[in-house]
Amino acid sequence: MTAWLLDLPLALGLFGAGAATLAARSLFGAVLGFISTGLIAALVWVRLEAPDVALTEAVIGAAATSVIILYVASRISGGASAPAPPPIAQRLLAATFSVLLAALLAHALQALPDPAPSLAAPILKTMAPSGLGNPVTAVLMVQRALDTLLESAVLVFAVFAIWSMAPERRWGRAPGPAFIAEPQGPLAFLAKVLPPIGMVIGIYIAWVGADAPGGKFQGGAVLAAMWVLPWIAGLTAPPSISDMRLRLAIAAGPLVFLIVGLAGFAWAEGFLAYPPGFAKPLILLIETAMTLSVAAALACMIAGPPERRAQP
Amino acid sequence: MNAITPFALAAAGLVGLGLYGMLAQSSVLRKVIAFNLLGIGVFLVFGVAARRGAAAGLPADPVPQAMVITGLVVAFAATALALVLTLRLHQTIGAVTLAEDPAPPANPGTPPE
Repeated sequence: MTAWLLDLPLALGLFGAGAATLAARSLFGAVLGFISTGLIAALVWVRLEAPDVALTEAVIGAAATSVIILYVASRISGGASAPAPPPIAQRLLAATFSVLLAALLAHALQALPDPAPSLAAPILKTMAPSGLGNPVTAVLMVQRALDTLLESAVLVFAVFAIWSMAPERRWGRAPGPAFIAEPQGPLAFLAKVLPPIGMVIGIYIAWVGADAPGGKFQGGAVLAAMWVLPWIAGLTAPPSISDMRLRLAIAAGPLVFLIVGLAGFAWAEGFLAYPPGFAKPLILLIETAMTLSVAAALACMIAGPPERRAQP
Repeated sequence: MNAITPFALAAAGLVGLGLYGMLAQSSVLRKVIAFNLLGIGVFLVFGVAARRGAAAGLPADPVPQAMVITGLVVAFAATALALVLTLRLHQTIGAVTLAEDPAPPANPGTPPE
């Protein structure tokens, strides 16, 4: 029963942080509340025995999302004053719907049959030939590889959509605004010291994902952060969005995944099937390309559309 | 399996909070934040279901976990796109609300073109 001592405060803290996010008066307060909610959620994922998801939630859900929200919040503050809230009737209706939905969900979760339906056993059976040791990676790369392929394509299209917000005359410039360099500032110091360490950590997380918690998304997100840091510190400029190397890096993951998938028609049982004995090397090939693509795509999404005025 | 009840309740509560925030707040940025709260709640519902599906020696069902990992990345992409659209909206009309009659821009950004 000692678990309750940990779980109850965590659950209360999670809900409380979410409520504080909504109740915050200032936008900045709301972002801080959201960061707290995300980090507590990462801890809850650990308690739910899902370390892979905990890593993703901490790196992408809490950290990267908060960075882009904070960035946009700081750019539009000082503009128009906060808009008037909707009429009270609309808010009451919204509250009724929300409470109803939450109650239904809570009831549905309680009403699950006791030995709940689980795909754990069939997954373990089919992951043996793939040579993977992490069942979550096995689901991502073997059983539900199609989902992962489609998802990697979503990242490419998201970058397209963000770049296409650029004004015509800025097309072909580097993504994001120009940041002013402060060579003696703390940010410049961090941008020089952190990337070598962070890159090793990112590659390690991506590599170890085959057998332990980690993987391409978590590792790729850390690599993206290490790439973006020197841009924000103003030390280096990102490559132009018409640079073929950048475009290839963003598209490499889905491309390699698709080629291996199509090759499955010739050498294995069909689309996205791996030939027996070659599963592990092929999965590693895809994961390497995906790590590169996730890092490049996330970095471009954090930077935003090209906004630089000066030099190419 | 009652040990995960607090998390089930918190996840359902977060879904409710997120939905309320999306419907009842007029600032687009706050709606984006509420959308992400809703996301955290929905993903945790998956997490609770996964933990209940512990079987065959695994502490949790890996299938919902893998879906959440893809979901988190897609939610990030959607958030990034929504934020860029918000920024563009602000540069164009000087306000960040979807209300019918936006207040006259107090400090219009640089005209886009």
